[in-house]
Amino acid sequence: MTNEDIKAFITTVQPVATFDETGEWLNILVEPSQWKQLATDLRNSSFLFDYLFCLTCVDWKTHLTMVYHLSSTTQRLNIVIKSKLDRTNPEIETVCDIWRTAEFHEREVFELFGVNFLNHPDLRKLILTDDFEGFPLRKDFEDPINMIKL
Amino acid sequence: MYTETQVIKETKEGELVINMGPQHPATHGVLHLVITLDGETIKKIEPHLGYIHRSIEKMSESLNYRQFIYVTSRMDYLSAHINNLACAMNVEKAMQIEVPKRASVIRVLMSELTRIASHELWLGAMAMDLGAFTPFFYTFRERELITDIMEETCGARLTMNYIVPGGLMYDLHPDFQQKVKAFVKQFKQKVTEFEDLVTNNVIFQARTKGVGILSREDAISYGCSGPVARASGVSCDIRKIYPYEGYDTVEFDEVLDTAGDSFARYIIRVKEMNQSIRIIEQLIDNIPEGDTQAKMKAVIKPPKGEFYTRVETARGELGVYIVSEGGMTPYRVKYRSPGFSNLSALDHMARGSKIGDLMATMGTLDLVIPDIDR
Amino acid sequence: MFSLEGITNTIQNWLYSTFDPTFALLIECAIVILLAIGLFAALGLVLVLMERKVAAHIQIRLGPNRVGPGGMFQTVADTIKLILKEGLVPDLADKFLFNLAPFVVMIVAMLLLAPIAFAKNFQIWDINIGVLYVSAVSSLSVIGILMAGWASNNKYSLLGAMRSGAQIVSYELSAGLSVLTVVVLTGSLQISDIIASQADGWWLFKGHIPVIIAFVIFIIAVTAETNRAPFDLAEAESELTAGFHTEYSGMRFALFFLAEYINIFIVCAIGATLFLGGWMPLHIGHWEGFNHIMDYIPSSIWFMGKTFFLIFLIMWFRWTFPRLRVDQLLNLEWKYLLPISMLNIILVTVIAILGWHF
Repeated sequence: MTNEDIKAFITTVQPVATFDETGEWLNILVEPSQWKQLATDLRNSSFLFDYLFCLTCVDWKTHLTMVYHLSSTTQRLNIVIKSKLDRTNPEIETVCDIWRTAEFHEREVFELFGVNFLNHPDLRKLILTDDFEGFPLRKDFEDPINMIKL
Repeated sequence: MYTETQVIKETKEGELVINMGPQHPATHGVLHLVITLDGETIKKIEPHLGYIHRSIEKMSESLNYRQFIYVTSRMDYLSAHINNLACAMNVEKAMQIEVPKRASVIRVLMSELTRIASHELWLGAMAMDLGAFTPFFYTFRERELITDIMEETCGARLTMNYIVPGGLMYDLHPDFQQKVKAFVKQFKQKVTEFEDLVTNNVIFQARTKGVGILSREDAISYGCSGPVARASGVSCDIRKIYPYEGYDTVEFDEVLDTAGDSFARYIIRVKEMNQSIRIIEQLIDNIPEGDTQAKMKAVIKPPKGEFYTRVETARGELGVYIVSEGGMTPYRVKYRSPGFSNLSALDHMARGSKIGDLMATMGTLDLVIPDIDR
Repeated sequence: MFSLEGITNTIQNWLYSTFDPTFALLIECAIVILLAIGLFAALGLVLVLMERKVAAHIQIRLGPNRVGPGGMFQTVADTIKLILKEGLVPDLADKFLFNLAPFVVMIVAMLLLAPIAFAKNFQIWDINIGVLYVSAVSSLSVIGILMAGWASNNKYSLLGAMRSGAQIVSYELSAGLSVLTVVVLTGSLQISDIIASQADGWWLFKGHIPVIIAFVIFIIAVTAETNRAPFDLAEAESELTAGFHTEYSGMRFALFFLAEYINIFIVCAIGATLFLGGWMPLHIGHWEGFNHIMDYIPSSIWFMGKTFFLIFLIMWFRWTFPRLRVDQLLNLEWKYLLPISMLNIILVTVIAILGWHF
């Protein structure tokens, strides 16, 4: 199976998704509202993307981008799925019922970037204290006491 | 870290909530587990992290491409070389630099020595979790030889910072080959001691067999990697499936087991040490002559783009995800640490077992707290 | 020939000839108390040092070697440190029980010294139900441990105390049953009778296989009863931090620590008395010459040698085995040791009735 097959498959299930093949792996850009459906489809497809090995977020100052690195343990395929989120009110569906590892990774992204994962079973802060204000990994985060600007 | 945890709010009649950590002999660091118990049976485990979170990802954003590598030695401090290697490889991939053959071979040797040292420490610490103190001293005897070798070549025993973008910091110490050979010889003689003292011990087997079972599906779903996933039958050794740094030219086996219990995870790591010895034996006499550093500009400015490298540390798959905007510093760095994902499976594995079983399960997960907290 | 019996007799004769009998008895009591406390302190120091040296030897290291020649005074220094430390009491602890618990454990250990024969005719109290007394009193120590666990108001302590309770109560059974095998063969509960019956050979050798089984079970059971690894679940460092004595510090902790070692000494002394002939020298059948040479070694040395050999065995266990899990511990007792000791005691009874032993 090649990237072409994956592209063909995704085009049939989510026609609006766009592709980017400049990097090492196939990048797929989807709308946040479509992500959950696409995730379910990818997991259950013949490609069997069963291994979510990285889940993170990037702050692009104008918007946030969720980045999901998926891999298939049987067919050794790797794809990257990205989704642009609104910076003021970032919301996306959780995928922790599809890949259990997402539960902790989403909690981490929630507290460090402030992304709200809808339907997450236990969305609380994992690393920071409960009363912590702000989202440390966003680019505009300021902490004059504990952070040294280089 | 919470002011009032969910667990305490939900506690039912007859249940006991204990805080294991942040200071506890079995957590090997500042891991904090809030455990709900019914008698001695575990109902729920909730890890509370962040006691030593240094936000290495944020720090890396303000350091340049030569500097941020040194911070990563402090992540999984037991596989410092491999962390450095992952970052260096990522920068090389971005800059499209070919590393000299000599540097590449030495990198593999160092990685495997680190892996053995890490597994040795794990073995001793895990046996200690189960109440056997003596193996700790036996494993440290061999580990000491490795740290001596590291000290001689890299100038440090734990956070080596030897691997840099483009190759190595400097060449090997002249004694390196001879010392490594002496170590290999001693290791092969003494490895049977662990078998006598730990593996074949009836109590040890009773404590670990059938304890903390992780099925293949769960291991994949929880994103487990390294020996934890391989004990459940998931073939996930990055050295085999996505070879890097010439791992495809050496002969070694990916050790797999299907039992998925603590004993399988233990056996996998012991066998992995032997495989690492195999790799070292193949390479130690065949280190090619030549440069140890590729020609590079003093200031590294990778092109705009996103780069991801995966390496196999002693604990599992370490991913380094760098987003570059073409500047002197990375725009965003994400470390996918193996310990973080492995820890998330702990609740699932330990539920319904006794506190004593938790020690076996947690011990064989091989958690290094700075790796989880980053 | 050196003998403690001569010394005690001389002292007693002198006391009774100089003072009136009541006063002489009081002075004797005072001497015994002083000696018991002195033995306590000495044993604590020696056993702690021995444990550390044995551990060091097994773990390919040197152990304490700085304070005094060969580290001899290391435990003295540690004791001074513990005495000088502040004994903290947690805020919400039950103060009375918290302070009482170490003394309960300690007093129980002291009481157990009474019927032990340290040498020929050198015994504090040769009570006619000696063995019964030992097993009755030794089961009291669990009260002290439960007290400590409960009064500390700490969840780890409570768990440790509960484990300890379950453990000591169950292992008491097989320890008692294995002791009974020797009682059945001897026909007496008195310690001096049991030793006298081994004049022509120790029970371990005379009593065939059943006594060997009983001896093995006894060693396992007393290791469990004294909370030593691999049965140290009550303190289980990696699980419960320190179990029932988590909250104790300073001298109160030292008392627990000391009581543990005294208890080891006592159970090993009992084991040596019952199975290895106490102070009785090694005699083999009709080898008159050999037996005569053995008689020249003082009885106190025989007793101490056997006891310390058993102590070494128990220390060896500790530094070799991992810890059992709590359900495995109870399974071992109720599913294996107890049925085996019950069958064993029937077997011994048959052997004793038919006179098959030597």
